[in-house]
Amino acid sequence: MKAVASEAARTRVASLRFPNADRVISLLLIAPSLVALAVFVYGFIGFTGFASLTKWDSLTPDFTFVGLRNYARLFDTTRFQIDLRNTVTFTVLFLALCLSLGFLLAVLLDQRIRGEGIFRSIFLFPLAVSFIVTGVIWRWLLNPGSAQLGSTGINLLLDMVGLGFLKTGWYTDPKIGIKAVVVAATWQMSGYVMAMYLAGLRGIPVELRGAALVDGASEFQVYRHVIVPLLYPITLGAVIILGHISLKIFDLVVAMTGPGPAFSSDVPAFFMFDTTFRGNNFAQGAGIAVILLAMVAVLIVPYLVYSLRTEMQR
Amino acid sequence: MYLLPIYALLITGMKSFEEVNLYRMWDLPAKFSLESFTTAWFGSEGQGFRGLSPNFWNSMRLAVPATLLSALLGSMNGYVLSKWKFRGADALFMLMLFGMFIPYQSILIPLVQVLSSIELYGSISGLILVHVVYGIPITTLIFRNYYATVPGELIEASKIDGAGILGIYRHVIFPISMPGFAVVMIWQFTSIWNDFLFGVIVTPRPAVQPIMVALNNLAGSYIVEWNVQMAGALLAALPTMLVYVLLGRYFMRGLLAGSLKG
Repeated sequence: MKAVASEAARTRVASLRFPNADRVISLLLIAPSLVALAVFVYGFIGFTGFASLTKWDSLTPDFTFVGLRNYARLFDTTRFQIDLRNTVTFTVLFLALCLSLGFLLAVLLDQRIRGEGIFRSIFLFPLAVSFIVTGVIWRWLLNPGSAQLGSTGINLLLDMVGLGFLKTGWYTDPKIGIKAVVVAATWQMSGYVMAMYLAGLRGIPVELRGAALVDGASEFQVYRHVIVPLLYPITLGAVIILGHISLKIFDLVVAMTGPGPAFSSDVPAFFMFDTTFRGNNFAQGAGIAVILLAMVAVLIVPYLVYSLRTEMQR
Repeated sequence: MYLLPIYALLITGMKSFEEVNLYRMWDLPAKFSLESFTTAWFGSEGQGFRGLSPNFWNSMRLAVPATLLSALLGSMNGYVLSKWKFRGADALFMLMLFGMFIPYQSILIPLVQVLSSIELYGSISGLILVHVVYGIPITTLIFRNYYATVPGELIEASKIDGAGILGIYRHVIFPISMPGFAVVMIWQFTSIWNDFLFGVIVTPRPAVQPIMVALNNLAGSYIVEWNVQMAGALLAALPTMLVYVLLGRYFMRGLLAGSLKG
């Protein structure tokens, strides 16, 4: 820690000293990136925000100002209400499943079992695959088949191992809808949480566990009172990353289910795409986009500010 | 459990057409056949659908230059933001980082307008531009963290020797940047290859579309048999799967860097 602090101090001193030409060049080096991001991120967001306050609902832009009317209408739309509920369901289930499964796998792999490397590679493997590929595979796996012709996919597998009573209609059942997408998303992302936790577990000194065990704590108590609290920062990081992924989920829904029966697997990101680029209702699409952005910002901005502060303190 | 989907993907792809039956999808193939793969790759004139091969090469022509460009930009930004900090550099960096978390829906409408007005809409070059720009935050982040581990003394010593900012980059920083480049390039290649949203918005013409958009079209079409869809999914996933198998170590590091302070 001390070394880091003194290094930071040195950089600060050095920065006061460097020659003017170098200062100008340093700014020129990052200028293209700064300008690009200023326009493509902040400028574009500004334009989207402006568009959401206009009447633009066809291919020809119409910038008549209508105030917050688009937002009021959105929240009155059944489809958008379902979308928001689906987002909450998806986020809660996805976070709960990924965190618990990821933690469990990390603890198992941390026992120094044989073939650890192979298992780690297997659990991480889905991360290299795109959401579209995942969606295509899982659409067939969770295809329930039909009553006349028989079961297919996972249902067929359940039949084969004698668990036929667990069969359901998966994404074809409006009561399940988005929850079927959670299964595929968890398959893809839980390995990521495992990797984060495993890195965290390996960073905990062995003596710390040993000391607690010597004090008479059971293995379970050590995890509950020593390990889990020490992993809180990692849990927070995982919640932020997974949370913002689940708010933005789009590709997987497109490839796997689409909006589903009675919009049961629809999400705001898909509604935005649908209404803007298929329905040409640009103002409404912009409104959804702004709401999505606001949800993500609530999650991300405090985290970024917090990271900046802790870094400055060092 | 984790391998189940991959198992289904593989055995389905290797079955011949006579053998393909949804109700026996978990059975091993009786005889080995690559028909599904060739149909997914070349398409089928009889049934009237396009194969994935042109789109596969579109993705290559997109992902390779976009990866190189964004890695280079990230390296320069990371160098300046870690070793040549100016007042407000950290706050500026946070503003840059925000760009990697935004839902891209919030920029798509003006993006299409601007790309059309500079005549890059509907082209691979347009997609390259988009991926380079929105790749800046993550590549800058990874390089900034990487260069933070380079001792300040190294820079100081070169300065005393009379080297300027560019000279130090060329002779001191760049030669030791290869691990950083490996992490960034693998990360960028994977995410550009796997992208769907930008592809589907920026390139509406099927002949220009990158592979994930084409795969989604293939899978969404009712005339394409499911085994061909599965084979197509495997073909589309092949490059990133290879990268993962061969360079998994760097892939992991990029992944943890993506979680910010990793």
